Amino acid sequence: MIKQMKNYYSYLFLLPAGLVFTIFFLIPAISSLFFSLTRWTLTDWTYIGLENFRMFFSEDSLRIGFQNTFLYAFLTCGLKVVFGLALGVYLTSEIRTKNYLRAVVFFPNLISTIAVGITFNSLMHPSKGAINRGLMFIGITGPDWLGNTKLALLSVINVDVWKGVGIATVIFIAGISSIPTQYYEALSIDGGNRFDKFRHITLPLVRPAMNSVIILALIGGLRTFDLIWSMTKGGPGFTTDLLASIIYKQYSSGFFGLSTAGNVFLFILVSVIAFPIYKYLNSREVDL
Amino acid sequence: MISRTRRLLMEITGIISALVIFGIPFYFIINSAAKNPREASLMKMSAPEQFLLLDNIKEVLSTDKGVVLTAFKNSIMITLFSLLVLVLFCSMAGYVAQRRIGKATPVINFFILTGLILPPAIVPTIWLLMSLGIFKTMFSMVMIEVALSMSFSTLIYKGFMATIPREIDEAAIVDGSSSFRLYFQIIFPLLKPTTATIIVLSSVNIFNDFVNPLYFFPGKKNVTIQLTLYNFISKYHSNWNLLFADVVIITIPMLILFIFFNRKIIAGMSAGAIKA
Repeated sequence: MIKQMKNYYSYLFLLPAGLVFTIFFLIPAISSLFFSLTRWTLTDWTYIGLENFRMFFSEDSLRIGFQNTFLYAFLTCGLKVVFGLALGVYLTSEIRTKNYLRAVVFFPNLISTIAVGITFNSLMHPSKGAINRGLMFIGITGPDWLGNTKLALLSVINVDVWKGVGIATVIFIAGISSIPTQYYEALSIDGGNRFDKFRHITLPLVRPAMNSVIILALIGGLRTFDLIWSMTKGGPGFTTDLLASIIYKQYSSGFFGLSTAGNVFLFILVSVIAFPIYKYLNSREVDL
Repeated sequence: MISRTRRLLMEITGIISALVIFGIPFYFIINSAAKNPREASLMKMSAPEQFLLLDNIKEVLSTDKGVVLTAFKNSIMITLFSLLVLVLFCSMAGYVAQRRIGKATPVINFFILTGLILPPAIVPTIWLLMSLGIFKTMFSMVMIEVALSMSFSTLIYKGFMATIPREIDEAAIVDGSSSFRLYFQIIFPLLKPTTATIIVLSSVNIFNDFVNPLYFFPGKKNVTIQLTLYNFISKYHSNWNLLFADVVIITIPMLILFIFFNRKIIAGMSAGAIKA
């Protein structure tokens, strides 16, 4: 039976998807490896070796993109894990408003990033914004959240977490809900308190959910563009530029080769970080 | 298990923090969208002197000969066509990828992982579209949205296929069903729950997409809803009320979707993520 079945599961079914993926994703991705080594006008190119990549390391305005991309990805990821887990535990506890609160925490995911950026741009306005007005009310003079070179990136990171923590939360909720209640009951009989329950049952058994959150947040954070673009455009100066915004800036100034080199850097960075973490995390899952 | 006062305290803390952290920004959006320009520029939380939400929305809709409506039409068309192609192509791919284990399996898995992890190569894609003569067309925009959401959708279909017993296929084959009939008449209808998940998730992602239309769908006629919002940031820099009215306009479809498919969206997003 199995042998004959092969004829029914024809590889022809893979063809449409495979074609679209190859033409619109794979071919550009592979050709980027070549075009990153050129000075490129889209119609004409000159081979210049690793010049574009050297430029990325020698220009401060480009190098900063690396640091920021790392910082952005790891901080948003860490904060989403911490807050997502805390909210997940809270929203699976015995409270009556949990369905309503889940919906509230989740809703920002459905708003466009540009709209979120616009909203927080005005909430974070140094003199008129609601955040600094609130701080003034309790006697603190708030900083210029998006204009201060040291703070701007952190402010955007916080907005990213605000928008994205909902998805982390629902993943944690799904993970926590799948833990059998007998485990908790057994621990109660042995005299464990709420902290023990979290430390010895929830935390280890929520591992698969946490892995998903980490991977999703890291991949999303590394390639993020729209939030930073709608909030700071990489400014003040270059202090909040990420690799993705550098790719856009070089592209719109017509440096296509340089832009593509940035793209290749992003490929390398994402692969070097995401593939091993994916493999590592998937090998350490605790089975129920 | 927990004492009553403690639970009450927990509930109250939760509601208050939710109101402050999530409620204030939403309140601020709607409040500002209902103000007159002078009031909105003060960015205060106080209620508007006159509730002008509908007037502001009307004004936004009539800006630039109704560019927002054109953008709406474009965004909805891109979303619909992408969904159609995505559901058809990915369900077929997920079906064979799960059923037929062979030499192609590791290759397929590798492509799915690549598509999930890697971002698109921007300029080379534009170059390719130009060489093919389809740059700035809706067709190419749809194909790009499909290509970028494809790995995720195929993965979900593949995961769900595993829960459909092979005996169903065998029974159909014994009854003399052809390979295409087996898929279209028997398997595809069984995939309905996954199809619903993918439709809801992808429509949110594609409708809200800003980056890809920015690169691959430029031009005056080709506006999408997120691009117009972005362009309005500089156009309306002194008319915050109109900017926020536009935010309200483009959030309404998502809000409606959320009211009807709240559970489906949340369940789909978490299920999809865990399988990924």
